[in-house]
Amino acid sequence: MSSQLFTTTHNTLARLTLLLIVLGGAGFLGFMDMIHRSPYVRYTKVRREQPVPFSHKHHTNMGIDCRYCHTSVEVSGFANIPPTQTCMNCHSEIYKDAPILQPVRDSYASGESLEWTRVHDLPDFVYFNHAIHVNKGIGCATCHGRVDQMPLTWREKPLFMKWCLECHRDPAQNVRPKDKIFDMAFDPASLSREAREALVEEYGIDHANHRLTNCAICHR
Amino acid sequence: MKRRILYTLFTATLLLGSGCKPLFDIRKAMYDQPKYETLEATDFFGDRRSARPLIEGTVAQGQLRLDDHLYQGLEWIDGEQLQARTYPFEITMDDLKRGKERYEIFCSVCHGVSGYGDGIVVQRGFPPAPGYHSDHLRNMPPGYFYSVATNGYGKMKGYASQIPVEDRWRIAAYIQTLQRSQNATLEEYEAALRAQSSNDNHLDSTHDHH
Repeated sequence: MSSQLFTTTHNTLARLTLLLIVLGGAGFLGFMDMIHRSPYVRYTKVRREQPVPFSHKHHTNMGIDCRYCHTSVEVSGFANIPPTQTCMNCHSEIYKDAPILQPVRDSYASGESLEWTRVHDLPDFVYFNHAIHVNKGIGCATCHGRVDQMPLTWREKPLFMKWCLECHRDPAQNVRPKDKIFDMAFDPASLSREAREALVEEYGIDHANHRLTNCAICHR
Repeated sequence: MKRRILYTLFTATLLLGSGCKPLFDIRKAMYDQPKYETLEATDFFGDRRSARPLIEGTVAQGQLRLDDHLYQGLEWIDGEQLQARTYPFEITMDDLKRGKERYEIFCSVCHGVSGYGDGIVVQRGFPPAPGYHSDHLRNMPPGYFYSVATNGYGKMKGYASQIPVEDRWRIAAYIQTLQRSQNATLEEYEAALRAQSSNDNHLDSTHDHH
């Protein structure tokens, strides 16, 4: 019987263990990163459950302007969810007995809020002002995707800081004429680079001197 | 020996586990801080609203609406308070353009782009909205349109919560513009065309419909 606790096989085992720790650790971190970026965590392209299965596709294809319901998008830092009354402007008469709209009628009758599931929710440590983006030539579709083609609303972009910065470093990529803000089908790339840079100039988007990438622009 | 490996694995798992947990909690706490974002739900109040409704009978500083002309659409005419026949502020071309834009967002869905009451929502079954071009409505003062936009009329609900006061007046002005455009005489139309060709700063499509 050997009195030695470790035999020579343990050398290999030790090396293997070290290798495993390094590879496994890297693999684990990589895996966590993948999860972190995945639609599973970011909710991109994931149709969210709502108390009423509201279809943006249906309503916008009828020709209703975004601002009919989202009245504060141009003037407020917070883009509003419409109150139940806005639904009832039409649905007091149209589909007024549809079972699918029962929660809307209940909310209107009782005065209790419909609790919609928020699709775009930035972390609380990010200051975001909706109006300034709309007023400086950033269209709905740039951040929200083709909402006019979403039966149930999903998040189009992952809302990573990197994604914000891509535009803050070079707004000319995404800027569009002000009369095209609510035009979901308009593609800023249909304008020349020069034309878009002229718009950045015209709107006074001051991204010189890294002003728009200053930490305190969003983290204040 | 086997025991040792198992023990090492067990400790490593514990370390990883304990290392991760606070890390994730901290992140979550930063993401969702103990403050209310606009319209965020709360358990503190019975109705789950963090945005509190105004207490009845209270007025925020600077929001007392004493100007009956501007806010109620009423004017004193011969000792009586009647629907205003004038606008509370001067309507410029910019106001008309704004009125057109807001009209097309909020009103055209029922009243139609040209004001014939043929909007998409009516086509989908809402009780017919009146066109603006009847003699009855063409004789109505601006204050009437402001009042209807504010308080609603018949099946139409008031739009006070959706359209700010000034914009309701601009919409009233645009409705009166529509009425003129749709009932213009040939001479008026030709005069407008001449004015249009000599002035680029015209209202884009007032004269284009119908």
